[in-house]
Amino acid sequence: MIKIQARLKRKHFELDASLQLNQRVTAIYGPSGAGKSTLLSIIAGITKPDSGRIMIDGDCLYDSELRINKPIHERKIGLVFQDGRLFPHLTVEGNLSYALNFTPVENQQFQLKEIVDLLEIRHLLKQKPHQLSGGEKQRVALGRALLSSPRLLMLDEPLASLDDRLKKQILPFLKLVSNEINIPMIYISHSKEEIMQITDNLIDIQLGKVSYKAA
Amino acid sequence: MLEILRFTPTELSTLVLSLKVASFCVVLSLVPAIMVAWVLARKSFFGKSLLDSLVHLPLVLPPVVPGFMLLLLLGNQGLIGKYLHSMFGFSLAFTWMGAVVASAVMAFPLMVRSTRLAISQVDKGLEIAAQSLGANPLKVFFTITLPLAMPGIITGLILGFSRSLGEFGATITFVGNIEHETRTLPLAIYSYTQIPDGDLPALRLVILSMALALGALMISDRLERKANQNIGRHHD
Repeated sequence: MIKIQARLKRKHFELDASLQLNQRVTAIYGPSGAGKSTLLSIIAGITKPDSGRIMIDGDCLYDSELRINKPIHERKIGLVFQDGRLFPHLTVEGNLSYALNFTPVENQQFQLKEIVDLLEIRHLLKQKPHQLSGGEKQRVALGRALLSSPRLLMLDEPLASLDDRLKKQILPFLKLVSNEINIPMIYISHSKEEIMQITDNLIDIQLGKVSYKAA
Repeated sequence: MLEILRFTPTELSTLVLSLKVASFCVVLSLVPAIMVAWVLARKSFFGKSLLDSLVHLPLVLPPVVPGFMLLLLLGNQGLIGKYLHSMFGFSLAFTWMGAVVASAVMAFPLMVRSTRLAISQVDKGLEIAAQSLGANPLKVFFTITLPLAMPGIITGLILGFSRSLGEFGATITFVGNIEHETRTLPLAIYSYTQIPDGDLPALRLVILSMALALGALMISDRLERKANQNIGRHHD
């Protein structure tokens, strides 16, 4: 279970979120600029909120009163960004195995081989990121995030930079991951249509205010 | 005509000394330059612009000024130098190691500049992605930031090396112009121009210097191209 309480005030923007995620897959929906990505970066530890508390399965990641603020690399939250963010100097295989470096073998949830087969990226292993198409990049990014054995997977508009044809190619993989893999997942998108294909458990965020619609 | 390229043992030893000084200069400066560049590119703190200015000062001062300051600091009677001398019997002034220090001071800003530019161009998003996979900041630096900044670091290295080969003012002020000890190529050229019949040897050393500089630039270009390919960037 994931509990998030966060307030953040900036010059032209205010976020006030309070939510509790019980379902395994949750989608956060809202127009661009509403604060979806800010919420994600607060959960991931990239942005520090002014106040609040973030708990995952009883483990405290952030608490403004107790002055707890775990750094990004200790949160074990897998991120998939809109732009993939594959490491350009490593091959696809290098990118995937990079994620395995930080979890002791006995705690690793997946093997490289499993993920490679699940996402059908075996033929790409020796290639460099700049040789991949947008859809292939996102599959590798998804695989890399999974291989880090996260306790929460967050996807921030993973399809936004792809055209319709590529979206159709990668959606089945996202569905596959959300159905088959037992990791809680937060899926952020401005497209309701896209979200509907993944989950019907939807949180609406409008202008920094979060309202939680329980499914 | 080829007579001109027949180098005397003295000239060759000048060349070897120059290369030795320049190599030690970049090897010694590299790690501090990368550290300072990283701090300037990635951190904001009180006094940052002062540090920035101090690092760049040798670039805009007449080289004789840093040379003189080195003499005041590290000379055998200098503020720090007198302790080095009395406690360890170690002296920098008028030795080739002093020439290394003088040229390092002059080359440092160039190395920092190009490394800093390269580091600030590394996408922070990639560093965050690496952290989210579990890499601590140190690991991120060595596995992501450093390899991606490598082309700029190589450029800085070659710039620093070339600057050191060409160093004149700070060197002659701090360590003088002693044959086989501190007389590097530019000092030797200068010396030859001061004596009768020195034009021909001076010209030979000028040709040597130009060949070295050209070689350094060509090597830098190749290495940079290779480093760029390694990180998936391509230039025509």
